[in-house]
Amino acid sequence: MITLEINGISHHLDVDPNTPLLWVIRDSIGLTGTKYGCGQGLCGACTVHFNDQPIRSCVTPLSAVAGGTITTIEGLNSKEGQAVQAAWEKLEVAQCGYCQSGQIMTASGLLQNNATPDDETITAGMTGNICRCATYHRVHSAVKEAANTLAGKATVEETA
Amino acid sequence: MKVINRRDFLKTGLAAGAGLTLGMYIPPIVAGESKPTTGKTFEPNAFVHIGSDNIVTVISKHMEMGQGVYTGLATLVAEELDAAWAQIRVESAPADASRYNNLAWGTVQGTGGSTAIANAFTQMREAGASARAMLVQAAADLWKVKPETITVQEGVVSHAASKQQASFGKLAELAALQSVPEKITLKEPSKFRLIGSNNTPRKDSRAKTNGTAVYTQDVKLPNLLTAVVAHPPRFGGKVKRFNADKTKKMSGVVDVVEIPNGVAVLAKDFWSAKLGRDQLTVEWDDSKAFTLSSEDIMEQYHKTAEQPGLVAREEGEAAASMKQAAKTLKAAYEFPYLAHASMEPLNCVVNYTGKECEVWNGTQMQTADKYAVAKTLGLDPENVKVNTLFAGGSFGRRANPYSDYIVEAATIAKAIKGKTPVKLVWTREDDMQGGFYRPMYYHTLEAGLDEKGNLLAWQHRIVGQSILKGTAFEAFMVKNGIDHTSVEGAANLPYAIPNMQVELHTPDNIQVPVQWWRSVGSTHTAFSTETFLDEVAATMKKDPVELRRELLKDHPRHLGVLELAAEKADWGQALPTGRGRGIAVHESFNTYVAEVAEVTVKDGKFTVDRVVIAVDCGIAVNPDIIKAQMEGAMGFGLAATLSGKITLKDGKVEQANFHDYTVLRMDQMPKVEVYIVKSTEPPTGVGEPATPIIAPAVANALYAVTGQRFYQLPLSLKA
Repeated sequence: MITLEINGISHHLDVDPNTPLLWVIRDSIGLTGTKYGCGQGLCGACTVHFNDQPIRSCVTPLSAVAGGTITTIEGLNSKEGQAVQAAWEKLEVAQCGYCQSGQIMTASGLLQNNATPDDETITAGMTGNICRCATYHRVHSAVKEAANTLAGKATVEETA
Repeated sequence: MKVINRRDFLKTGLAAGAGLTLGMYIPPIVAGESKPTTGKTFEPNAFVHIGSDNIVTVISKHMEMGQGVYTGLATLVAEELDAAWAQIRVESAPADASRYNNLAWGTVQGTGGSTAIANAFTQMREAGASARAMLVQAAADLWKVKPETITVQEGVVSHAASKQQASFGKLAELAALQSVPEKITLKEPSKFRLIGSNNTPRKDSRAKTNGTAVYTQDVKLPNLLTAVVAHPPRFGGKVKRFNADKTKKMSGVVDVVEIPNGVAVLAKDFWSAKLGRDQLTVEWDDSKAFTLSSEDIMEQYHKTAEQPGLVAREEGEAAASMKQAAKTLKAAYEFPYLAHASMEPLNCVVNYTGKECEVWNGTQMQTADKYAVAKTLGLDPENVKVNTLFAGGSFGRRANPYSDYIVEAATIAKAIKGKTPVKLVWTREDDMQGGFYRPMYYHTLEAGLDEKGNLLAWQHRIVGQSILKGTAFEAFMVKNGIDHTSVEGAANLPYAIPNMQVELHTPDNIQVPVQWWRSVGSTHTAFSTETFLDEVAATMKKDPVELRRELLKDHPRHLGVLELAAEKADWGQALPTGRGRGIAVHESFNTYVAEVAEVTVKDGKFTVDRVVIAVDCGIAVNPDIIKAQMEGAMGFGLAATLSGKITLKDGKVEQANFHDYTVLRMDQMPKVEVYIVKSTEPPTGVGEPATPIIAPAVANALYAVTGQRFYQLPLSLKA
């Protein structure tokens, strides 16, 4: 039995500890906002927060996060997370949307670690997340928009 | 003023309940901020429902895969209905070709070929206008005034003189009693307040930002089993025998069944199914499998191209004039297989009960899939229900002419006799290696110049598999042996050249499954024609824009985007050493796009720094979505320009995941500027046309810096 807190709720899981966290979240818990994209930690669609840091849940065994705290897109209520989600909606980032939970989890983790990222830092921080719709400009702009919101600044011009 | 006759809109009158729902355990796939409609509903036609709660539901006959069609169709309805944007939500239509067919495709419901807005432009506006007329008549009856004296604005029906007002919701019940108007008048474009504005934020943004958007992968049903399939490692391979003893003992595994295309492991969850598949031992029968390598295929194509092919276009006397030419140029181009590699790997949910089957999928071709499932299960198509969900990308893959993965899900359900619902999940590796690629192609091109240096003759020969041969599309898209999708972009090359010939060879011995891939034939024809023309311009010592301008005199829309892109990209102005510009222009799906790419070459590597895109898609319905599609489609094409390549070794696909089939990432995304030509022409599609010309624009830019020409995709600089 492994104990894990997901979005503030404690779960006691009778699951093989080698099971990737992604499938525990999706199939055991039933939270489907976190997506399966590659299963190899290559695309970032499965990004969640473990003890407030972004991780790739598809390559993280349940045993590695036992006793910890997991946040998924459904439970993202940090001030960074909310600013990121608001910016995402405002700039209409999503196209197909499938990668966007992962993008948002990565972006909010980025802002938690660095509240004032410059353009290069945003690009470096987000390059691990693939979007086949290539919404990259809007992702970049939305991270910047969220950083400015958090800093109490007005909206920035769209970055290219 | 456009007056149209009564259409055969289905008037369903007053209906109780929530209108359309998608299945017992699945919430309706709704995009928009409002809660589901409750109470009585006014359903003036198949596309609009208005609830007594004042919510307007637009029923989308097209599937949303990111291209923004939910928002686009809703914009058209809301425009003519004079609804408030906030009161609009969008639901997916049930699969029903009689009501929800693509008008560009006849009697088929489906989404593709950048046709959605083009085919539905008038139809959706009529649906909105018709509903509006009935609401107005209801108010006129209620207030005992003439309908001509009533105005509608932002979802409010008003009569100024008597100072009366009512919301759509208030009038819904009364409106449902009105007859469908005989004549409807559509707005003059100058009166549009939503079409062409940026006041129509996407209806799917919130659900795609908070994790609530439902994709096929997310469908939950009681007793649902996940199926993972061991497919043959070579196309055309079959199961000889298999041993599932270890698999069957594994926790979570419920069943193992053989199906025509492999062995399916069914388990209570994905991971158990995947681990179960890992423990299978399968012996494959490759006696009829495809065992060639990419090099073998290309070698064959080279030989084939030495012979004349079927003629897809003939003007003047290309062969004879080529012989008379003072100077000739020749080039040959190679294109690899390409995988769609959408973020959501292929999957499908089916619930087969023996008498009926319900399907949940983000599919581009609902009604063809419905028939395919019915045939697989021996059911009447009436007893197959297809629920269309969001697709996590598709780029053509979820429009499979054989309904391949959907039929696979149905065969698994059949094999377990419909005991439980089944969710078929392809892993990323299954998706990458499962075939249905953009075909490999080989092109040869020859141009002849006269003594004055003018273009006299153009000969283009294409070798590659047919996408449509053997499919239901063959009857109307393969003519005289020529698959339209193999030659589009080449057979209709717009340049004024007096002698032109385009030929096609369609090999029939290559068993690799192929399919349309965002922008289809143009993915290769735009590259060969636009880089070769650049080479011709260099031989003539002409500026690439200048030559195109001369040859496009009779094609004002091509010319329009060419001039706009060149101007905005500062064409002709010097760049620092190591940097260069290249241009390409191309029409696909009746949309005209020109792109200028700016590149930097340094230390034997290059980056694409800036791309200027000019597009003419007729009336721009949702400019912000058009901009997003231009950026995204260009980025999709850029991935294939830089690294996209599926290769075969002895019949096996060599790539498996995003480490060896690399796609575009943020650090490779250039700056993009998008300019939309103002137009009053009917709208055309925007999902695909920016894809095919980024590769030639980049190749031409690299030539400007390095003097190297490129005859293969993906591009690679000589050391």
